[in-house]
Amino acid sequence: MRKDYILEKRRYTISGFICLVVIVYIIRLFSLQVSEDKYKKNADSNAFLKKVIYPARGLMYDRNDKLLVFNQPAYDVMLIPKDVGDFDTLALCSALDITPEILAEKWAEMKNPRKNPGYSAYTPQKLMSHLSAEDYGRLSEKLYLFPGFFIQKRTVRQYSYNAASNILGNIREVSGSDLEKDRYYRAGDYTGDLGIEKSYEKHLRGEKGMEILMKDASGRIKGKYEGGRHDVSPISGRNLRLSIDIELQEYGEQLMKNKIGAIVAIEPSTGEVLAMVTSPGYDPSLLVGKDRGKHYAELVRDPYKPLYDRALQGMYPPGSTFKPTQGLIFLQEGIVNLKTQYPCYRGYVNGLRVGCHPHGSPIALKPALQTSCNAYFCWGLKNFIDKRGTKAYDQLTKWKDYLVSMGYGYPLGIDLPSERRGFIPNSKYYSDSFRGANWSANSIISIAIGQGEVLATPLQIANLCATIANRGYFFTPHVVKSITDTVIDSSYKQKHAPKIRREHYEAVAEGMRMAVLGGTCRAANIPGVEVCGKTGTAQNPHGKDHSAFMGFAPYHNPKIAVCVYVENAGYGAAFGVPIGRLMIEKYLKRTISPESKGVEERMINSNTIISSGVTKH
Amino acid sequence: MELRNTDANVSVFRSVDWITIILYFVLVCAGAVSIYAASYDFDNASLFDLSEASGKQVLWIGLSLVLGCIILLLDYRIWETYAYPIYGAVIILLLVTIFVAPDIKGSRSWLVFGPVSLQPAEFGKFATALALAKLFDSYNFTLNAKMSNYFRALIIIFIPITMVLMQKETGSALVYLSLVFVLYREGMSGLVLWGVVCAITFFVVAVKFTTPLILGIPVGEFSVLVMIMLIFVLMLLFYCRDFPIARNVIIGFAGSGIIVTVLELCGVHVNGLVYLLSALGLGIAYVLLAMMRHRIQKFLITVAFAAVSVGFLFSVNYVFGHVLQPHQQTRIMVALGIVDDVRGVGYNVNQSKIAIGSGGVLGKGFLNGTQTKLKFVPEQHTDFIFCTIGEEEGFVGASAVLLVFLAFILRLISLAERQHSAFGRVYGYCLVSYLIFHLCINIGMVIGLCPVIGIPLPFFSYGGSALWGFTILLFIMLRLDAARKERRD
Repeated sequence: MRKDYILEKRRYTISGFICLVVIVYIIRLFSLQVSEDKYKKNADSNAFLKKVIYPARGLMYDRNDKLLVFNQPAYDVMLIPKDVGDFDTLALCSALDITPEILAEKWAEMKNPRKNPGYSAYTPQKLMSHLSAEDYGRLSEKLYLFPGFFIQKRTVRQYSYNAASNILGNIREVSGSDLEKDRYYRAGDYTGDLGIEKSYEKHLRGEKGMEILMKDASGRIKGKYEGGRHDVSPISGRNLRLSIDIELQEYGEQLMKNKIGAIVAIEPSTGEVLAMVTSPGYDPSLLVGKDRGKHYAELVRDPYKPLYDRALQGMYPPGSTFKPTQGLIFLQEGIVNLKTQYPCYRGYVNGLRVGCHPHGSPIALKPALQTSCNAYFCWGLKNFIDKRGTKAYDQLTKWKDYLVSMGYGYPLGIDLPSERRGFIPNSKYYSDSFRGANWSANSIISIAIGQGEVLATPLQIANLCATIANRGYFFTPHVVKSITDTVIDSSYKQKHAPKIRREHYEAVAEGMRMAVLGGTCRAANIPGVEVCGKTGTAQNPHGKDHSAFMGFAPYHNPKIAVCVYVENAGYGAAFGVPIGRLMIEKYLKRTISPESKGVEERMINSNTIISSGVTKH
Repeated sequence: MELRNTDANVSVFRSVDWITIILYFVLVCAGAVSIYAASYDFDNASLFDLSEASGKQVLWIGLSLVLGCIILLLDYRIWETYAYPIYGAVIILLLVTIFVAPDIKGSRSWLVFGPVSLQPAEFGKFATALALAKLFDSYNFTLNAKMSNYFRALIIIFIPITMVLMQKETGSALVYLSLVFVLYREGMSGLVLWGVVCAITFFVVAVKFTTPLILGIPVGEFSVLVMIMLIFVLMLLFYCRDFPIARNVIIGFAGSGIIVTVLELCGVHVNGLVYLLSALGLGIAYVLLAMMRHRIQKFLITVAFAAVSVGFLFSVNYVFGHVLQPHQQTRIMVALGIVDDVRGVGYNVNQSKIAIGSGGVLGKGFLNGTQTKLKFVPEQHTDFIFCTIGEEEGFVGASAVLLVFLAFILRLISLAERQHSAFGRVYGYCLVSYLIFHLCINIGMVIGLCPVIGIPLPFFSYGGSALWGFTILLFIMLRLDAARKERRD
């Protein structure tokens, strides 16, 4: 009986065992279901295919509503690695029209965490992009053979004109650093690169939409989740209307063919950039599609650097186009008045010599501008810097401040990426370079004529020209005139005025008018249009002088201010003036008059790259 | 004769244990609903559509209830009387199945009669339970009385195991091993159960932790050896309370441990395996010497335990690598988390963990589970049915199901214990053992704690055979229980 009693107690061991197991299982359930959320995420990616619907990227129009940039459909081969079962590799290769080696390479690229940091077996990954329409057709027919694969439709850019690639920019696939910087992007997305595509990326890209589809274990789509209630429709990107006049732009690019340099044309009353040419340029459609990478590498390797936007990034000695700024400063500072005359003995001769070309002497400001007299501005600078009772250090600081207020020395803030600042030396710069030794006007005299240390971008020169055209103020140059459903940045609507009286600008404008009527810019004299201009011939260490021109027209109520800068092309009158003239004429009259046809032909057909003696830049 | 039967019928429905029946009913209904949810297609189908799994299951449930009623109406004595013939018949059925069953996914366990398929292995369970109960009920039978009694019991258990193994249904065969609980209840030494627990622990630890770390031997083997030492000492402490032997062994182990540590610090490298084995060997030798003086049987057990354990430890790797089949190795490794074979064998387990894990506290709601419904979890309405519950009803629902099962099993244990005959008690414990095994293994594999062994969750998994098998098992028990008063009178 005692034995039985003991055995009966064993029921508690058995009961205890099953209780223990149930407790352990409940704890496990708790850890799976309550304390970890890893499984929840997995489940979502398991059962839902969140298919991104890409919005149409914003279009771009020129100032006359001509369509410049639009979208064309493109197809990407996507896959969810986890769902990819065994498939016939060769069949896929033949459907995509590629060799197995290329497929293996693409596959490895997709899985490479450095190239594709967002790689996950649970989310859609891009295997190949930019399928042609035929490839798309062939693959979509056979898609059922390849579980886990699908085709993502998106759009790529197409361009109506082979022009303005430096302004428009292009789009590329996002890089690893883009993914880190902006959480909007997923691997395989596109983002703007260079130009407006980059600077207006947020406006252009719109908002991605999302379609939530349910799929089963074999990756088959079972329909929309809850009838599409949770889907998000994409918001199209905003359209941009550019300030660019595409015909003027195209014409400028044509004129700059076989030359190195830039043209910037600005509407003075608004700061809108009418044309911004850099040469050599490239066809924007090169950077679209399958071969973008290849073409991009070619452009990077090109010795003439077509990707380098000389209008914004080229830092050139402004040469004589700088003289109006000096005249303005001297007038404002009272160093000279309109009657003040300085001698020119074939140049500035005062312990050192700065050469000049023959013209009457002594000479006042307006004729000095007309004839581009070096001596006048050297004397002016000397009297300003070495002014009795002041220190050269303080005077130069004043000088620099005037120039900065005119837009030199710092980026102007155009709505395009990578604008450079040029260079305006300050007093500290000279104190450092002369190592504490005293320096005076003569030590730095070449800055008076836009040589020496002074550097400016063609955009800054054009901006100066626009300021003179406006007689004393400018708007920050910009290339986007308006954006659908929103307004452009208010900073582009704000007037900037250097602290120089209007009448001084009036005087300088008159000097520039005289240069066209009977000075260095005679070639810019268009019948029936009152053009004002200033040439520039900039010495440089790279070879032949740079040929520069800035000018505006009409004299009263100006409509266009233009800067032309042609590298290693000789005198300003040789290329700068004729090209500037043609640009002005084209913009104001829309056609080139018969008198100008000869100049036009000469400009289009001339090649300064060969004659410059510079092969590499 | 007619009249007596009617009397008995009335008394059966009055004296039957309604608590068990209600729990049974709850489980079965929850099962049908889960199957409906698991096989619910978004294109929709009715619960009672007979072409759907849930519809069929409702039909099976109805038939089970009829079957249950028939069993309750039958005289309880036929089970006692015909226990062996039933056992024999089922064994023959199992044998026949091996030869006539078509090959379905590598196993030959289904008999196909036109549209209906039957899995005889499910009926082997109740037949074996009957035979075992009959054996223990034979006159003056005590398990511990002689070795041949063990032998007879083991024969009864191993015949169906062999048959089912030959049908290539390893999972169903393993179920019979759970009858060790019955043997334990009927007097088998607790050391056997203890040994099983130790063996499983040692196996898991030795296989799972193979990184060589401590004293140049794998962590797993080292830990197991330390565990063996600890158990050895504990057993000595327990058995030799009156003698200083245990204390001496502890001092010996501790002393040699210190010496090894000092040597190791002085830069003398000691092979950990040699050290542990020699320490253990010395301990065993010492205990054997002590045994000579005291002639105590318990010493022998302790020594044997240690020796067998060490032998087991060193055969684990061999057995694992050479005896088990590759797919079994993989399943075990996946369950132990050694390999993360998400696409292969681990796929089921991983997907089922995802499904359950995604349920959260309250679940996604009935029919709102995405994982199970979209067929991510294979076998979702049969072996992996618990996933659907976990996903749709969440932690609360899944725990509730576990607790209902627990209540059900505990209730059955008390039913078994209140039987006046060994037949009823042994039969009851057989049922309890099967349920424990099915519950532990099925839910264990679904939540990733056990290797994947394809056995159903009783009353939940889709399938007529399993449901009927358990229903018959249960209602015979209920009938026997209802008759206990008649017996006494």
